[in-house]
Amino acid sequence: MSDLRELYQEVILDHGKNPRNFGPLPEANREAHGHNPLCGDKIALHVVLDGDLVQDVKFEGAGCAISMASASLMTTILKGKTEAEARALFEQFHDLLTSNEEASLDQLEALDKLAVFSGVRDYPLRVKCATLGWHTLNAALDETGETVVTE
Amino acid sequence: MSSAASINTPSFDIEAIRKDFPILAETMPGGKKLTFLDSAASAQKPQAVIDAMANVYGHEYANIHRGVYYLSQIATDHFEAARRKVQGFLGAAHDREIIFTRNATEAINLVAASWGRANLKEGDQVILSEMEHHANIVPWQLLREQTGIELVVAPIDDDGALIWEEFENCFTDRTKLVAMTHVSNALGTVTPIADIIRTAHDHGTLVLVDGSQAVPHIDVDVVALDADFYVFTGHKLYGPSGIGVLYGKEALLEAMPPYQGGGEMIATVTFEKTTYAELPHKFEAGTPNIVGAIGLGAAIDYLATIDRAAANAHEQALLAYTNEQLAGLNSVRIYGTAPQKVGLVSFTIDGAHPHDVGTILDHEGIAVRAGHHCAQPVMDRFGVPATTRASFGLHSDYDDVDTLVSGIKLVQEIFG
Repeated sequence: MSDLRELYQEVILDHGKNPRNFGPLPEANREAHGHNPLCGDKIALHVVLDGDLVQDVKFEGAGCAISMASASLMTTILKGKTEAEARALFEQFHDLLTSNEEASLDQLEALDKLAVFSGVRDYPLRVKCATLGWHTLNAALDETGETVVTE
Repeated sequence: MSSAASINTPSFDIEAIRKDFPILAETMPGGKKLTFLDSAASAQKPQAVIDAMANVYGHEYANIHRGVYYLSQIATDHFEAARRKVQGFLGAAHDREIIFTRNATEAINLVAASWGRANLKEGDQVILSEMEHHANIVPWQLLREQTGIELVVAPIDDDGALIWEEFENCFTDRTKLVAMTHVSNALGTVTPIADIIRTAHDHGTLVLVDGSQAVPHIDVDVVALDADFYVFTGHKLYGPSGIGVLYGKEALLEAMPPYQGGGEMIATVTFEKTTYAELPHKFEAGTPNIVGAIGLGAAIDYLATIDRAAANAHEQALLAYTNEQLAGLNSVRIYGTAPQKVGLVSFTIDGAHPHDVGTILDHEGIAVRAGHHCAQPVMDRFGVPATTRASFGLHSDYDDVDTLVSGIKLVQEIFG
């Protein structure tokens, strides 16, 4: 139960149940869709990119608590970041979920509230859930126009 | 409900059966006892199957149908004995009607590619049900792309049962095949397969039955059913993975062109012309899964030692108990409530995604399937992206169900 609580931290449960920045964003100039066919998680991500700056971001979709909370927390942290900063953050976040080593304090600090996902590391099958929103963000920034598929 | 142990069905020695499955003694991470409720995905293996396969590799292995030496001869004998065991298990008239494949998926693809391409043309219709596994949908879609056939889907009702009148209405003078599951992997529904076959034959239509989920639970007699094709996979029947079976009526198989070319399936080969081997070898190109087939034979032998009527009574009692226990939990919904079901319960918990449910149950040592069960049309039918599925094997007992119920309560506590 204790390590389950580490995975399903209150913040994750809260964001999973009441995702922030959830809904359409008509003024978005970047869009992407993400799909995890294994569990059916689906995300549509809307981004307002002003030059190099993420001015606004919202998402819609349905999925497990981990994928919804991750997308929700992502949107809360992205506003005001540059494209390069957003991509770098995903790399750090991905490391947090997949690295064999415990994250250092510096790393956790850099990740700010995303650090609540550190428990996912112990559940490799759920990494795809936690990264779906981020992969979709990359696709939106890349303007690939294709649905991102994680499996 | 009184203590679980006291209501285990009499005349069925569940404790003895559990001892036949060594994996049940394994401890899961966190020190939890294994509660294995995913037999519909793949069954665990009894010691008898493990021993039979180890014995071949350790003492009796060689390639089959080739060597003139002793080991090749006994390996061939065991492989062909396995075929006769499958023949007996299905009640087939001849062992040459039993084709070994990799799995049920390959068996269906074989029929679609060989029989389908030879016999179906643009505008011909194949009837499927709404509750087919992807393995009994996609091969027909591939054939549709190649030949221009049409797929007609027979719908199911809110309980997950085939709607009989609608099924009958699917037939036209262009219907050439019904490809239907015997038991739904996502819902547990047992289809009225004898009636389906009779009705199809009345319309002059052949029937392929996907029996993968049926054979572990139901005695099948392909002659009594008059099935034209019947397929199943070995690993759901307590045998190894990588071995499956296509039964086909001899006359149909005789008339079908080979599916794959290679060794084993030929009589003579020159660069000008090749003649094909007799049944069943015509459809078994290349070195087959020798030890897999022998392992499947051992699984069939193992099943023969079990009183299946008693096993089925136990399974149905366990299913009723599970339904009753889940009904007592708020916010649990069951999908698949047809009157005829095997021991399988697909469910959702309000407010918790099936994948989160699966992770939390896993943490308690409970193995269940979470997802769309390779049956996305069924999920769409019920308007859910996925469900959690608990499915029983021979070794399932009341403790397993009680542990599942506790696990669901933990999910509700976390997501409450």
